[in-house]
Amino acid sequence: MTAETPATVRSASKGPWVRAWGRFSSNGAALAGLAILVPILVLVISYPLWWPYSPNDIDLRALNQAPGPVHWLGTDGVGRDILARLMQGGRISLTVAVVSVAISIVIGFLVGAIASFGGKVVDNGVMRLVDLAMTLPPVIFLLVLASIAGTGVAPTIVVISLLSWPVLSRMVRARLLELRERDFVVAARGMGASLPHLLFRHGLPNSIDILVVYATLQIANAILLEAGLSFLGLGIAPPEASWGNMLNAARSTVVLEQYVWQWMFPGGALVLTVLAINFLGDGLRDAFDPRSDLN
Amino acid sequence: MSEQPLLAVSGLTKHFKPSTFSRGPVVRAIEDVSFEVPRGTVVGLVGESGSGKTTIGRSVLRLVEPTSGAVRFDGVDMTALPPSELRRQRARMQYIFQDPFASLSPRMTIGQILMEGLEIQGMRPREARVARAKAALAAVELPADAFDRYAHEFSGGQRQRIGIARALALEPELIVADEPVSALDVSIQAQIINLLRDLQQRLGLTMLFISHDLAVVEYICDTVIVLYLGRVMEMAPAAELYANPRHPYTRALLSAIPEPVPGRAKQRQVLVGDIPSPANPPSGCVFRTRCPHAAAACANTVPPLDNVAQAHRVACIRREELAGLA
Ligand SMILES: Nc1ncnc2c1ncn2[C@@H]1O[C@H](COP(=O)(O)OP(=O)(O)O)[C@@H](O)[C@H]1O
Ligand code: SF4
Ligand SMILES: [Mg+2]
Repeated sequence: MTAETPATVRSASKGPWVRAWGRFSSNGAALAGLAILVPILVLVISYPLWWPYSPNDIDLRALNQAPGPVHWLGTDGVGRDILARLMQGGRISLTVAVVSVAISIVIGFLVGAIASFGGKVVDNGVMRLVDLAMTLPPVIFLLVLASIAGTGVAPTIVVISLLSWPVLSRMVRARLLELRERDFVVAARGMGASLPHLLFRHGLPNSIDILVVYATLQIANAILLEAGLSFLGLGIAPPEASWGNMLNAARSTVVLEQYVWQWMFPGGALVLTVLAINFLGDGLRDAFDPRSDLN
Repeated sequence: MSEQPLLAVSGLTKHFKPSTFSRGPVVRAIEDVSFEVPRGTVVGLVGESGSGKTTIGRSVLRLVEPTSGAVRFDGVDMTALPPSELRRQRARMQYIFQDPFASLSPRMTIGQILMEGLEIQGMRPREARVARAKAALAAVELPADAFDRYAHEFSGGQRQRIGIARALALEPELIVADEPVSALDVSIQAQIINLLRDLQQRLGLTMLFISHDLAVVEYICDTVIVLYLGRVMEMAPAAELYANPRHPYTRALLSAIPEPVPGRAKQRQVLVGDIPSPANPPSGCVFRTRCPHAAAACANTVPPLDNVAQAHRVACIRREELAGLA
């Protein structure tokens, strides 16, 4: 045998995903985040199967009813079941967050890719645009956008996605600029690779850590943004439920002081979900840290 | 006239300009480099670190865009090809990298790495790609079960074999091997050099072999080109260069090699001083700041690369006076 001793058994054929999971599953906080998040998702998705009330059913005999055996989490001022609205609101809030983050990931990745692989002139042009988008005060940007786009699920998604992609495109650009000089990418060019091949076979898999971490943390952010917008009456408009517009009810002093269950449950769900996602995001960041793959 | 060389580089020049937003000097990485690589031969490119070897090697595949000059591969000028044509032409030549760690993607299995070029070049069906990749793996004497593993599971020498297999999988006509052993343990270097030489002979490959070490090159090359600060100092058939070096720089490099045959031992000439910056190269002969024989005239003219014997060329204005020395 002329070759040196065959491959070590140290980590027999573990792919990058398997190794990332190994690191993730040894992180207690991240697992706790997952343990909180999964039941929330399951409940929110399955609630019509086990809960008799619909979010917009009005029960005029039970206005502002406190939590009890019939309406477990009570009812609101027009007699709608809080638990049903909480579940439906979760669906809306999470959908808005996930979809807007998915859109901003596509935009952010493509803009970063164009900037880094498009040559110096394109890069300079695109990045000045990104700088501009990032220097706009987010609150004002948000309010202007929201007042143009209007209320409802789709406009809220548009507003949140437009606000969040620039950060990602900067991270992707930095990663791809560095990647472009790496020998294995030069090797692919030397084998005749086209731009799409370089972007999707090398750029994307080697930015996955950035994308996953951005996605989780940005979902938490987007949930808060949606809540903020809806609280201000610019996001999801009633009668559609969202955690944000349920909190809106607490603007009335009577509700705030006397009907605590009407805002405490959506508030609690919001905080719990955002916290859990943040724990998860931190765990994923460590799990996908490219440095830990190098040795 | 003899048959057309597979690779003909003429007047190749690369100046790295600072980016639009940062000020800085122009780096004259290579200056007016010309050489030919006939089919089936191995040409060695030797020079210290920073002398422009990688820049030349990558310019050949146009992975670096040359400032001026031409790279003719099989008669076609690479520097004038449109992108789609260039991508097809590139597959006929392959690059072996110096760093066996940076050159393999950590996110792909060895099989995916070996099949990447075949996929890019549109080889179908998948079974054909798998077969070709497995043949390449066998050619570099790695076990077949390496196919489904990841690069991080292999040692430096094994990774370099994978890099060689990747180049071979495309069945290229020309291989540019950029210091393929200098990142490896000394004990592994000979194995890889032997492998490359066997493959070259068995497959009739044409090769541009880059090294900073004249001792490594002697064993594998037909012709050797000595590079200093991006300029060719001397080129000659390997045997001629080692027996009869004419340039003071070549002589200094050769005298630094530990000589196993005592009869051939020459007095050691140690090069003093550092290699000047390619951003600010000396006038006239670029080697003059370290040349033990430098004279006033050396600062005035760039020495032409003159023929001194059959296929032996030297760029030194004092070469006749110095012929008797050494
Ligand atoms: N992309 C680049 N930008 C600026 N300077 C470069 C670049 N690549 C190489 N150089 C410079 O060109 C010179 C030659 O480099 P290189 O071809 O890598 O030499 P070698 O391979 O012989 O060590 C060096 O001074 C190096 O710093
Ligand atoms: S030209 Fe002058 S400085 Fe250059 S190598 Fe010859 S003697 Fe030395
Ligand atoms: Mg080099």
